[in-house]
Amino acid sequence: MLGKTAGGLFWMFRYLERSENTARLIEAGLRIALTRSGSTDEEWISVMQTAAVLDGYNVAYDGVVTRDQVIDWMLRDRDNPSSVLNAVEYARNNAKTVRTALTREVWEAVNECWMSLKSALARKVAERDLPHVLQLIRQRSAYVRGALHGTMLRNDIYNFARIGTFSERADNTARILDVKYYVLLPSAMAVGSSLDNVQWQTILRSVSAEGGFQMAYGQDPRPREIAQFLILDRRMPRSLAFCIEKMRANLGYLMSDYQTRLPCHDLAEKLALQTMQSSIDEIFDTGLHEYIQLFLKDNALLGQQIEVDYRFTQ
Amino acid sequence: MLASKIETMEKPNIFDEMTGVNGDDIRAPYTDFNAWFDGEEPARLRKKQREAEDLFRLTGITFNVYGRAAASERLIPFDIVPRVISGREWARLSRGIEQRVRAINAFLYDIYHRQEIVRAGRLPAEMISKNAAFLPQMMGVSPAGGVYTHIVGIDLVRTGPDEFYVLEDNARTPSGVSYMLENRETMLQMFPELFARNRVLPVSNYPKMLRRSLAACAPAATSDKPTVAVLTPGIYNSAYYEHSFLADKMGVELVEGHDLRVVDGRVAMRTTEGYKAIDVLYRRVDDDYLDPLNFNPDSQLGVPGIMDVYKAGGITIANAPGTGIADDKAIYSYMPDIVEFYTGEKAILQNVPTWRCSEPDSLAYVLDNLSELVVKEVHGSGGYGMLIGPTATKKDIETFRRKLKLRPSNYIAQPTLSLSTVPIFTRSGLAPRHVDLRPFVLVSPDRIDITPGGLTRVALKKGSLVVNSSQGGGTKDTWVLEE
Repeated sequence: MLGKTAGGLFWMFRYLERSENTARLIEAGLRIALTRSGSTDEEWISVMQTAAVLDGYNVAYDGVVTRDQVIDWMLRDRDNPSSVLNAVEYARNNAKTVRTALTREVWEAVNECWMSLKSALARKVAERDLPHVLQLIRQRSAYVRGALHGTMLRNDIYNFARIGTFSERADNTARILDVKYYVLLPSAMAVGSSLDNVQWQTILRSVSAEGGFQMAYGQDPRPREIAQFLILDRRMPRSLAFCIEKMRANLGYLMSDYQTRLPCHDLAEKLALQTMQSSIDEIFDTGLHEYIQLFLKDNALLGQQIEVDYRFTQ
Repeated sequence: MLASKIETMEKPNIFDEMTGVNGDDIRAPYTDFNAWFDGEEPARLRKKQREAEDLFRLTGITFNVYGRAAASERLIPFDIVPRVISGREWARLSRGIEQRVRAINAFLYDIYHRQEIVRAGRLPAEMISKNAAFLPQMMGVSPAGGVYTHIVGIDLVRTGPDEFYVLEDNARTPSGVSYMLENRETMLQMFPELFARNRVLPVSNYPKMLRRSLAACAPAATSDKPTVAVLTPGIYNSAYYEHSFLADKMGVELVEGHDLRVVDGRVAMRTTEGYKAIDVLYRRVDDDYLDPLNFNPDSQLGVPGIMDVYKAGGITIANAPGTGIADDKAIYSYMPDIVEFYTGEKAILQNVPTWRCSEPDSLAYVLDNLSELVVKEVHGSGGYGMLIGPTATKKDIETFRRKLKLRPSNYIAQPTLSLSTVPIFTRSGLAPRHVDLRPFVLVSPDRIDITPGGLTRVALKKGSLVVNSSQGGGTKDTWVLEE
């Protein structure tokens, strides 16, 4: 396989995952705005921080935060490289580049994703259309994933696509924790206060896991359990442990396919082992925030190493 | 009954391939189609037409329009009425095409070696030496298997039942074959019943034949399973869809310049497991951009040093660099001589009579008759930079006259032929529109394969003669019936 093709697959699925995660973050932000009276500026700022689009926004809007502007920036602003519209277009351009590696079904799903979102996001989205548009974004990305699962051979092509997905997803979950870690700390506020409850719900909503959490841990969310769920729980498809284990496994398939062990395999195994051997108590003892920041750094390094080892670029 | 369905002809004496010169006949190849069409509900057909377009858009069969916004992608309109050619008509055509393609390859070999045709006084020396399409770097280079033009598209027009003319030869990187294939797929999906009633020769094995034909031209030293790749300028190129389509169907890698480099005297592609040598490169990048070390130094699309590897026999480039000298519009006018010179036979296919404006007598004639003639730039393509006298305004003609006087050798002129029409399906039924035909030819060291039919392009505007997709042309499925 061409190195460029491996890179194209990796980025195609990173961008699709990103578009979906952005839609979820906006949904969580809207929800918290509904349950809160008074200013919600802080919440929108933290939403943008999580999506890593705050700096660009501040430049574009002189630091003036309004709900409508934030949503427009995140959904459709061409100057925001991570806006849903840009992410979906980058995903499709990558798909075009790697067209020969994709099945017709996967190509058509991503092409349709681009066509329908381009038209849904052609103009500023009216408030009443927002829920539908956000749902459409998640749905379109899910169609592509479905086509990938249902029609692609389990070979190197598939593995690079999956590695891209989980690299982006791990980054996203870690960022949510990075921005919101303080609401999970025991010292933050009286445990069980209504504010914390809303914040905790927001975190779970940002990863579409309210139901899953309830199923696994019962009705009353406790901060330590939420952290456990998002960091270490390997049943949870967006947890750090789940994502890193998937990356390790997909890299492992590549290693046996190509019969070559590369530095990225060492990195992935080290990272997977770390999460496997940690307990949530240890993480809180050594510092939740430090743990998350270290993970973000390691995950980014792993991505770069994969890019080098598999020759994505010259 | 026909008259109600078929728009009346705007001019007499135009040959319609379905209804003949007077529009009151149904020619034999169309009998079955006509019977089927008569029994169809127009509303159903209109729905089918829309379905076809949705299908094309979903599949991504689009082309990028130059000079518009970067993301501008358009569909080439597809018309559901097939263009039908009888087996007998095709047999004669394909003999003529094969003869012409053989001559083109012999001509290219000669031009880049001893230039016998010039020595024999059949072609003026300056037609070669002063021609921008002539590549001095190719002098003395003999491509593997003796093949210069692995893929050729011959553009034909028709004026009567047995009158076909070659409008131009495409010996560089002819495009459109993916439309030929997708058009057939679409028709098979939409109207399977039509193919049950008509025995239409298949086209679907083109990619397989292309791969075989490319592999057959691999450099002598390579293994028995040569590595083939398609070189594209990238996703923003107008024909990118076709590049990825062909690579996909052939099961070979689609590469760009930045995927390639010269490693140990071979051109190699960067794979996830290191550099891997390529034996045959089907390039869809122009000569100028192929090698920044040997041609345009600013090119980002090519591979530095590929020409040196090529000359040393380390890679086959298809089509060979420098083939443009054979499809140049000034050379075109010599084609009947060229065919005769190399095959020893009269050309089976006619050329359109052509005035070379570089010759004073011809220029004088052309200037006197501008309103009757089509004047083309010698190096132009895609229907740009031409004057269609009969439909041009007085102002256009005068503007063109000045350009022509300034650089006469830059132009050729041809009479306007009364091009044949084939009906298209419109809101008010069938309506005749002018068409051309581009059959695709594959050349191997030991054989020439012509896919039955080819790409029919159709001018969708009433009376228009311009079939180019960049200027509002559409396409049709092209049938050759089994005899």
